[in-house]
Amino acid sequence: MSGTGNTIGTRGLVLNEPLIFEQGSPGRVGYSLPPVDVPEKKAEVLIPKRLLRDGIPGMPEVSEVDVIRHYTRISQWNYCVDLGFFPLGSCTMKYNPRINEDMARLPGFAKAHPYQPEELSQGALQLMWELEQYLAEVAGMDRVTLQPSAGAHGELTGLMMIRAYHTSRGNPRSKVLIPDSAHGTNPATSALCGYRVVPVKEGPRGIVEAKAVAEVMDNEVAAIMVTSPNTLGLFEEQIVEVSKIVHAKGGQVYCDGANLNSVMGISRPGDCGVDVIQINLHKTFSQPHGGGGPGAGPVALKKHLAPFMPVPTVEKKGNRLTFDFKRPKSIGKVRAFAASFGVLVRSYTYIRSMGSAGLRRASEVAVLNANYIQSQLKGTYHLPYDRHCMHECIFTDALQVRHDIHTVDIAKRLIDYGFHPPTIYFPLIVKAALMIEPTETESKETLDQFIAAMKQIAREAQENPDLLREAPRNPKVTRLNETKAAREPKLRWRPTS
Amino acid sequence: MQVPEGLKYTREHEWIKVEGDRGQVGITHYAQDQLGDVVFVELPKKGRSLRQMEPFGVIESVKAVSDLYCPAGGEVLEVNGELERKPELVNGDPYGAGWMIRVKITNPKDLDKLLSASEYSAYLKQAGGGH
Repeated sequence: MSGTGNTIGTRGLVLNEPLIFEQGSPGRVGYSLPPVDVPEKKAEVLIPKRLLRDGIPGMPEVSEVDVIRHYTRISQWNYCVDLGFFPLGSCTMKYNPRINEDMARLPGFAKAHPYQPEELSQGALQLMWELEQYLAEVAGMDRVTLQPSAGAHGELTGLMMIRAYHTSRGNPRSKVLIPDSAHGTNPATSALCGYRVVPVKEGPRGIVEAKAVAEVMDNEVAAIMVTSPNTLGLFEEQIVEVSKIVHAKGGQVYCDGANLNSVMGISRPGDCGVDVIQINLHKTFSQPHGGGGPGAGPVALKKHLAPFMPVPTVEKKGNRLTFDFKRPKSIGKVRAFAASFGVLVRSYTYIRSMGSAGLRRASEVAVLNANYIQSQLKGTYHLPYDRHCMHECIFTDALQVRHDIHTVDIAKRLIDYGFHPPTIYFPLIVKAALMIEPTETESKETLDQFIAAMKQIAREAQENPDLLREAPRNPKVTRLNETKAAREPKLRWRPTS
Repeated sequence: MQVPEGLKYTREHEWIKVEGDRGQVGITHYAQDQLGDVVFVELPKKGRSLRQMEPFGVIESVKAVSDLYCPAGGEVLEVNGELERKPELVNGDPYGAGWMIRVKITNPKDLDKLLSASEYSAYLKQAGGGH
């Protein structure tokens, strides 16, 4: 690879585009209504004044084509997994097959109404029932609630069930153990459930050690929240022993399943002693990551926790499927209606089109791809945990710091080579991390192109570090002043006059 | 890295300057360097009582968000309100204008558990951050 001339992401017709508020002209509209055929009355006459809002200053007056072009143009400034490699560690940006979208658009699914009677919803209920069985099988658990709307919502639901379980036995307990290699949402979940967080340091190999757990485990610990594989991309090898220690004192084992993508069909959390796990459908089961939703974070659990599941559950009575709201020990409802149903259809489709052998293969290739990148870039970039990784690998800027080049500069320069940057400065326990997750959907050619770009960037750091400090140069907007943006945020447009 | 004499330090990179039973608290030069450009500092209310090493606030930079730990137990007498508008003072002058809180120290023995300037410098070197 020489320079940036032949790389992807450096050419194209990218159109400039002002804000929608700066467009249009007075009186221009995007519709034309028929004339009014009843006497016209002003809103002030018909509606009490206190219910009327003031006029909106600066409301754009634009035509339909103005609006369509505006949003299409700015959408083209964006980068997405359908355009290219998106190695965002911890986020699992895998490609989402189009057949998922086809199925989600089947009218019987897409047009189902949440208040539709059960007898007219048997197909939708069957999909939910079967998806529960599939997810339970992958996780090695007994039951699954499909209701939570995201991973963190799943965590909260799971920990609420654990709290309800302990309360039903007389004492909700007061503490939750959280290794510092766990996901950042875990402490927030614990605090929301009224628990005090007790941190557990990971050992020198980057995993939680059973003896460290034994030291802090007591009868006031409600649960341990382990992320496995953890945020270092490492499998928690001592999880079976950890589970035994926690169970011996009556605690529960919560696994953050955000990284399930790397163990499907190979190791089942339920077989490792885990009592509850949330499954991020938008990561492992090929959901688009939408800008904030809708998502789904189903929670799989062992049968001793089943009485506490949120309502409704889907139950089978003979040949009929039904929503069960009569569950006296349930933690209650965690969302409106039954679930983000369209999301469930996509993940169901993914599972059915992959099959069990295909899911295992997906995990194997995800791990292989991450290890391929790790082995190819080792030596070029500092590898803080020099051992096989799972589905993501972590480097740092330690070899580039001597040229005054930092993680952020490496990430920005990747944009010039047509790649979305990896996750940076996370996990926090690694100094200046670059966290790369290729996923199973990338070909060897793509990985080689990425590796070549990373090696070229390391050479540039030595020979011409300004190329990195001033990166990115190719995209429409170049290096942004992130500090100024954070110190003086402008969160909405305001009229200038 | 600047590590002024006469201050006491925590392993979490806070400093405290003790005068009588009063202490002024901030983060070290090393801490602000590691964080990068500070964009937001959240400080406690006046009058709050803190245990030693209890989090008293949160600091956010372009890279990360971290808790701030109180080097010695005590009552918050004053907070540096200027940081709300000018968080960059923490980067520019971590031991001066970038101070965060003043506390009335309840238990002077807490100070014995803190590091001296030379101990803190050695700790940074050992942590690989002394460059």
